[in-house]
Amino acid sequence: MRKTKRAILFLLAAVMLAGILLTGCHGAKEQIAFRTPEEFDTSRNYEITFWAKNDTNLTQVKIYKKAIEDFRNLYPNITVNLRLYTNYGDIYNDVITNISTNTTPNVCITYPDHIATYLTGNNSVVPLDDLFADPKYGLGGSEIRFDGPRQGEIVEKFLNECAFDGYHYAVPFMRSTEACYINKDYVEKLGYEVPDVLTWDFIWEVADKAAEKNADGTFKVNGQKVMFPFIYKSTDNMMIQMLKQKNGGYSNFRGDIEIFNDTTKELLQNVADHVGKKAFTTFAISGYPANYLNAGQCVFAVDSTAGATWMGSHAPLSDISEDKYVNFETAVRPIPQFDPEHPQMISQGPSVCIFNKEDPQEVLASWLFTQYLLTNDVQIAYSQTEGYAPVTSKALQNEAYQDYLSRGGEDNDLHYDVKIQAAKLLIDNIDNSFVTPVFNGSTSLRNAAGQLIENVTKSVRRKETVDDAYYEKLYQNVSSLYRLDQLSGAGSDGKAQLGPLPKMSVILLGSLAGVWVLIGAYAIYLARQKKKAEKDRKIH
Amino acid sequence: MKKYIALLLALVLTFAVAGCATQKPAETTTPATDAPATETPATETPATDSGVKVMTHDEYIAAELDAEVIVETYVQATQSWWEKDGQGVITVYAQSEDGAYFMHEMACSKEDAAKLTKGTKIRVTGHKTEWNGEIEIKDATFEFVDGDKFEAEAFDATALLGTDDLVKHQNEFVSFKGMTVEASKDADGNEAAFLYKWNGSGKEGDDLYFNASVGGKTYSFAVESYLCDKDSDVYKAVKALKVGDKIDMEGFLYWYEGSQPHITSVTPAK
Repeated sequence: MRKTKRAILFLLAAVMLAGILLTGCHGAKEQIAFRTPEEFDTSRNYEITFWAKNDTNLTQVKIYKKAIEDFRNLYPNITVNLRLYTNYGDIYNDVITNISTNTTPNVCITYPDHIATYLTGNNSVVPLDDLFADPKYGLGGSEIRFDGPRQGEIVEKFLNECAFDGYHYAVPFMRSTEACYINKDYVEKLGYEVPDVLTWDFIWEVADKAAEKNADGTFKVNGQKVMFPFIYKSTDNMMIQMLKQKNGGYSNFRGDIEIFNDTTKELLQNVADHVGKKAFTTFAISGYPANYLNAGQCVFAVDSTAGATWMGSHAPLSDISEDKYVNFETAVRPIPQFDPEHPQMISQGPSVCIFNKEDPQEVLASWLFTQYLLTNDVQIAYSQTEGYAPVTSKALQNEAYQDYLSRGGEDNDLHYDVKIQAAKLLIDNIDNSFVTPVFNGSTSLRNAAGQLIENVTKSVRRKETVDDAYYEKLYQNVSSLYRLDQLSGAGSDGKAQLGPLPKMSVILLGSLAGVWVLIGAYAIYLARQKKKAEKDRKIH
Repeated sequence: MKKYIALLLALVLTFAVAGCATQKPAETTTPATDAPATETPATETPATDSGVKVMTHDEYIAAELDAEVIVETYVQATQSWWEKDGQGVITVYAQSEDGAYFMHEMACSKEDAAKLTKGTKIRVTGHKTEWNGEIEIKDATFEFVDGDKFEAEAFDATALLGTDDLVKHQNEFVSFKGMTVEASKDADGNEAAFLYKWNGSGKEGDDLYFNASVGGKTYSFAVESYLCDKDSDVYKAVKALKVGDKIDMEGFLYWYEGSQPHITSVTPAK
């Protein structure tokens, strides 16, 4: 019997040892959840990395560098190393690569859509709610060495854009939306007045008229051989905003894909009709809207407010030579609406997330720097580089910032009127802005939304037949290209279908089952032994 | 005692395993954007629904924008192969004896990309487009064509700089001789012989931009990093330029709101 007991114990120990070893192996890339330290240890030095995005704008780069320097003066033990990117996609790709090797940056400019994917790594992104509320180091905390915002001073709508699954995983850094930059002279030449709120009907009507040609092949409105009446930079935003305004399906927070519906088809058909009249094209197909607008070859150009310094006949930035500029008055309006009484426009722009590290003090240092990016000095300076809006009421209400907004048109640099109009456009419409649901795969859905418009536009230009069968095939192709058919598993119950268990999990669960079987067997064995002993005692 | 130890150890294991399996609500499946590589074989036949035949360069130039085009031409250089939405693509500079072509993000498997060496003959099917002045073939597929090879000699376009005739050589392999490096200005107003990105906002590995003059007029040139990366001779040569250097250059006559040659070689002027 002692032999049997020994064997059982040996077996249990062996299974457990294997389990522990396997568990250790499985957890090699896992992070321990961050807990805010009681105190920030200033006796140590910290080196943190900050991956930032700029719009190929050196002033933005300088502002980042100045912020790092100013922060260093306040916290001499924290060194921030800046790595610059010029587009969000590259940051996203690099972060994904670095998550698997635990070499993520400490602080990173990001889009909330991207964070949803980053969260597939366990505890990779720090939830910020506890940090927000920390009395010492939180927003407005007692130990903060600069005049940062309190939580209530971050524009609630913008802050909420960084929350999902009940936690804030980022703070907003800057916000922008899209604007329609208009050659007002051409609109009036065509016999119209630019309304305060554009409607889609108005845009299409004027654009169709602007596509009319003279007998010599030049366009009536500009006398040139080139005219793209209406150009849209980001067709993903175009589709998303049209669907929102139409209350058409796009997706929900459970990750259900709703975009392939009749409203989408109706919108695409409308686009197709006007492409057929040569009234509409896209950045991907024809080039930068700003170049055509500034050369008098476009009436309506929709682009980000964060690109306002490129738009208009006196734009401080431009890729076209001076001899191509055409002088005109630039009007700036919100994107076209289906219901002008209830305008809706997208909210976009960079946010900042913090990646988890083994050393909580390092994470705390990252959080302090992240907060510093929300100070008025950084917020106001950065927002003035483009048509961005600061994300704190503290900055928005600041006297110097209000003065800046009031001086639009004083010069074509800091006070470039189109840029300031673009910033005001968002500030005046914060309550009319929206974001799309964030989930793992929402980036793919966004790309698909734009691809639908790009494909239809190309097909009409190429004189392909665009009918019901076309749309059916288009939906299938785009769904397949962006693997949305696989995302639909995140369906009605809100849970993603995870597929078959990984081999490691099968081994671990098998070990677990084995352990319980052995425990059960041993318990039965002990019970029987006890019963037998009692029986023997009674006999004797 | 031993049984309690055994039970305790087993429970420790249970919780260890369970802890390991814990997931946060936010965690979902593998990112949809992490699509595995899909191999896109070169097309087998040039047949098209519209029955378009292989065009000469003149016919290609005469074709309307957005029209389907088929050309046979010879690879002169390629940019880096990459995957776009899970499909391999490559941008190709190609030239025949009667003219040049630029295929933007042509569908291509990684294996085939390695075979697109200088002089290789290919038949390309796609759509003619114009993007901010650059005439190119988009949404293209291709197949290899057995037979001869052709490596273009650089056409000396120096005398055409600043003239309306330059665009007739768009996308061709060209040379510019006896040029003088002129200062570029970054956003700080500092003078430099070259800039990372168009305004100096870039870093090592990004495209290089520089100015050079001839006949009293200054023109802009670029080293496209996807064509010639930071380890290439031309990238290093441009970084070593000094304002006032006299240079000869070769490259492809790319167009973006005017000429913007993608330079592949810079040497001291002969």
